[in-house]
Order: sequence, then structure tokens, then C-alpha cells
Amino acid sequence: MTSLPSLHETPEHARLRDEIRRFARREIAPFAHAWEEANEFPRELYEKAARAGMLGVGYPEAYGGSGGDLSHMIAATEELIVGGTSVGTAVGLGSHAIALPPILNFGTEEQKKRFLPPVLAGEKIAALAITEPGGGSDVASLQTRAVKDGDHYVVTGAKTFITSGCRADFVTTAVRTGGEGHGGISLLVIERGTPGFSVGKKLAKMGWWASDTAELVFDGCRVPRENLIGEENTGFIPIMTNFAVERLLLAGNCVAIASLAYDEAVRYARERRAFGKPIMGFQVLRHKLADMATRIAAARALMNDVIARHLRGDMVTGLAAMAKNTATDACSFVCDEAVQIFGGHGYMRETLVERLYRDARLYPIGGGTRGIMNEIICKTEGY
Amino acid sequence: MKILVALKRVADPDNANKVKIPASGEKIDTTGLEWKPNPFDEYALEAALRLTENGTQPKVRAGEVVVVTFGPKETETTLRAALATGADRAIRVDASDDKLDGDLVARALKALVEKEKPDVVLMGKQAVDGDSNQVGQILAELLDWPMATFAATIREEAGALLVGREVDGGVSTLRVKLPAVVTVDLRIVAPTSVYSTKTPSTHKYNDGVRFAALPAIMAAKKKPLVEVKLADLAPDQALKVSYHGFAAPPARKAGIKVKDVSELVSKLKNEAKVL
Repeated sequence: MTSLPSLHETPEHARLRDEIRRFARREIAPFAHAWEEANEFPRELYEKAARAGMLGVGYPEAYGGSGGDLSHMIAATEELIVGGTSVGTAVGLGSHAIALPPILNFGTEEQKKRFLPPVLAGEKIAALAITEPGGGSDVASLQTRAVKDGDHYVVTGAKTFITSGCRADFVTTAVRTGGEGHGGISLLVIERGTPGFSVGKKLAKMGWWASDTAELVFDGCRVPRENLIGEENTGFIPIMTNFAVERLLLAGNCVAIASLAYDEAVRYARERRAFGKPIMGFQVLRHKLADMATRIAAARALMNDVIARHLRGDMVTGLAAMAKNTATDACSFVCDEAVQIFGGHGYMRETLVERLYRDARLYPIGGGTRGIMNEIICKTEGY
Repeated sequence: MKILVALKRVADPDNANKVKIPASGEKIDTTGLEWKPNPFDEYALEAALRLTENGTQPKVRAGEVVVVTFGPKETETTLRAALATGADRAIRVDASDDKLDGDLVARALKALVEKEKPDVVLMGKQAVDGDSNQVGQILAELLDWPMATFAATIREEAGALLVGREVDGGVSTLRVKLPAVVTVDLRIVAPTSVYSTKTPSTHKYNDGVRFAALPAIMAAKKKPLVEVKLADLAPDQALKVSYHGFAAPPARKAGIKVKDVSELVSKLKNEAKVL
């Protein structure tokens, strides 16, 4: 029941889900544990996923995409997570979902033609870099400077917690081209191999192990001016627009992870015996599962409502923040309970719910913390 | 080349525990079952697509692939999925699952083949629900066409197919002149199993059935899908197979632990009586 698709989904969504689940079960699930333990999945998976049409979901066919909208992207990501059982792999494969929209929505035709098709074909990896070592949530005070010098910007500064940063071929990077505050921010596409751009280090994390996360360093990095997205000093709006969609994508991740943990818990409760019967035979355990199912259903219902509103063109800034908080809370709760149901086995590294529990902890932090979501809700509520 | 692929939907083998048998034992209760295409039939579709293309340009079809299924309205989901995967058009023969058997399906398919005039009829070697393994063979007999069953490899030649079949001692290779009926085994979807005359022999396919991307899924909505009445294909709908009862297999008992090998041997000999 927790995986009932939304009422706005069509038979074509169902078919897309079938295809992606089949892909994930065949190409990811058998290797999920090994890739997570190795902190990396093979780069060729990008091309495999692209050939199967997975990477292009949500992007126009004119730029090598598969068409579809946010509802297709969220359905696809859910199946990738549930079918593949490796959250790190799914988010690594999907890092372009936050790196490309600013180019797609605010870039020139030339930039779109140059940057989108190779990523959607799985030949290049794209990342988004906003957070800095000195500050994350406070986007408007970011410090990485880009100073105009002839046909180039000279970029100096550092970015951190960048998903796919180690392997990225280009990074959509937020830089300061103007004065203080949000009015001085621009977005630059910085390509691998640009002199002065280097990966500081690969970061070791609590969860999301199969995805690489990097600290990036820009030391007098010379970026051609044609890599500026939109007008100078107007980068804050694309960043904020991107965030609403990113929050719904993250809510989608949470619903998927929670469903997966719940299914694992149900399966285990039926198999595991204690005091002479399967532990599912104990009401206290069944009620735990009932609470888990309820939280997932609620998170999914709110997320689907906000997706439907977003797709018909409503401003969903506050609702998207609510959907993210509801989903991250549900996910943390469900994964914690799943570990509890598994008992000692739930604390062991070979158990899927142990890994999901660690993966879940990212979501109230990444893509805007739980507190920042509440600030957004306060603003949209008018207090 | 024109290929007719017969597809059957089956209860999702991954959810076999959802199959319920009422106490009367007169039939299988299909309410609430999740349906999937029969895997062997999906392999037949993949083989048909490989035979009607240059493998390096899988979006261009050189020939026509028509898919057909027998069943109620909701079996159109199976056909739409096949259209998304690459078939050109689909036919649903309106029928009720419990009023069909291999003989009736083969007779109806014969009438359809006479109308459609395909060069090849492809299907799975059997459906994973009833495991009857009959339709292909009966159809070839009724049409008086050459037949190759359990195909593991197919190579297109001028006017013929070279079919490799895995048998106990190795591989038996048949050359069937067209038109022909071919049923396929699971290895037909391996990377080098099927070659049309257009596909370079150096080409390797991805293992398994190809994936349908979103644009193809959307385009499949507009591909032709027609409904045909079973009575128009097979006026005589009498069944040769009748079912006298259904029973679930006995529930498995929990195992026991033995102390050592000698106890194991003694139990196998005296209790299980398998030694």
C-alpha cells in the first residue's frame, strides 16, 4: 500500500516505472552492497542508464532528453532507489538533476546545446556547487569570488559537500561577481581541466557511500565569460527556483527510502520467529508497522499534492518546504523503526536497513536544512 | 521481414504467493493479482526486434513487428508495453482467460496468420503459468509450416532462419525455410544470439530485453491497437483441456538441525528414504 502511485500518474508513468525498476534490478541491485562498501559505482553505469533512457527523464528531447516532467522524474528516481537498493548510486547518477536545470531554464541556446546532450547521453557528469566550507544555508553570503579579466572570470574560493564533485566534468557553480548579499551572485559553468580548478579531497560520509562527495578548490581559476549563465549578478533567482524542485526530488528520495525500509521490515517481521511465532504475530510490532505505513502514506500524499500544483504552474515555495520536512521526518522515523524491528541484525553492516538508516540522516540537512525549510514556511505564511 | 509475436500475460512470478485457490478448488482466484508479460514471450519480442533492424540503429525498423494477445480489455497494458518496446502495432483477441486452451489459441492464431501473412511467428517456448508448451507446435502443424522450438540463437538468411537449439549433447542447428514458427528459450536475449542480415556480425547487443525510454512509451499511446473477436477467428470455441480441480501445494514444514554426518545419513536413509 505504501507504494501506491499518485492519482495524477498515467498508464505511461506506470510503464516508465516498470522499465526503470527492471533496469535497477538488473544493473544496480546485484552490486548495491559492494558499491556502497567501495564508496563508488562504476562510471560506465552513467552510459548504461543513458542508453536505457533513464538520465534524460524530465529534459526536452531537443537536448537529448527523454521528455516528461517533474512527476516522471520523481517516479523514475523512486524506482531507481526501490529497485536498485543503493541510495548512493541513485543520487550519484542523478546529480545532474540539480546541475542542469539552471542551464536549461536560464542558459543561452548555445549553452544548452553544449552542456546538456553529453550529460543526458551519460558521457559527461555534471554537479552543482553552492555550499562553501565557511557557510551552507546562508546562500546570500557566499564568498567564492569571480573577478572579470578580459574574456574570462578569475575564480577564487572553495566549495564543499559537492555530490559527484570528484568525477564531475563540469560544475554549475555559484560565485560572487558583485557586492554583498544576494544581488551579487552569478552562476558559472566551470569545466574539469580548467587551470586553477582542482578537487581538494573526496569526503568520507555517514551515508550515501556509493556517491562521491567532494571539496572543490578554485585558485585563480580562469573561466571563459561565455560560461556565465544568464546575466551577471542574477544568479540568486535560478538558485532559488532550482531549490523548490530539488526539495521535491529530495522528498521523493525520502518516500522511496522509507518504502524500501518498510518493505524490508514487513518481510523480516514475517520471517523472524521469537517466543514460538513470527514476530508479526505480536500486536506491538504490527502497530509499529501500521505507524510506519501511515507516515509514508502521509508524506507521499503531501508530496504528490505539491507536485500536481507545481505542474499546473502554482508557486509552491512554502508547500515544497513542508513536503520536504514531512518526508524527511517520515523517512527518519521509518528507517529508525525498521532498524529496531531488525534488532541486532539491524545494527549490522550487511543489513539493508542499517544502510538506509545512515542514508536517511542526510535528508533533514541536505538541500536546505529542516530549520531553513521552517524559515521558508514562516516567510510564506507571513510571520 | 514481417513477424507476428504472440504474447501472454501471466501472474507476476515474483508475487506467486498472491495466487489464491478458493476452498471449492474449482478455479484459481485471479482477483488482486499483478500481471506481467510471460518472460519467454518478452524474449520472443526482443528477438523479433533484433530480426527487423540493424542492431547499430535500433530505432529504425526494417520490417514490421505485430504483437497479439488473447484476453480481456486489461491485457491491452501488456500490448502497450510491447508497443513501447518497439512493436509497430497490436491486436487483442477479446477472450476470457478461463475459456482458452492451447488448442483454441493455436486455431485462432492460424486464422490470424492467414489474414496477416507474416514471414515468421515468434513466441516463448511456454508460458510460465500453465507451462503447457503447446501453442507453437500446434500452430505449426495447423499451418503446415516448418517449426523450430526452444531457439537459443537465430540468424537470418535469405528466405530462411538458422536456428540453434540447446539439446542434451550440445547445440542442434536447424535451417527453417520461411514462413516458419519459432519458439524461443531464455538464451535468445544474450548479446550475440540474434542477427538479422543487416546487423554487422561484430555487433553485440546488451544482455536481456531492451528498455523502453519515455519518448517510446509516449509514442506507444498512438500506435494502432485493434480488437478482434475470438469468434471471428475460431467459430468453434470448444476446449480440449478441462480442469478437474486446483489445490495449493502443501505448506513446507520447518527443517531440523542434525548433529553430524552420520545422523544426516541415518535420517536420509530411514526417514526420508532417499538413500
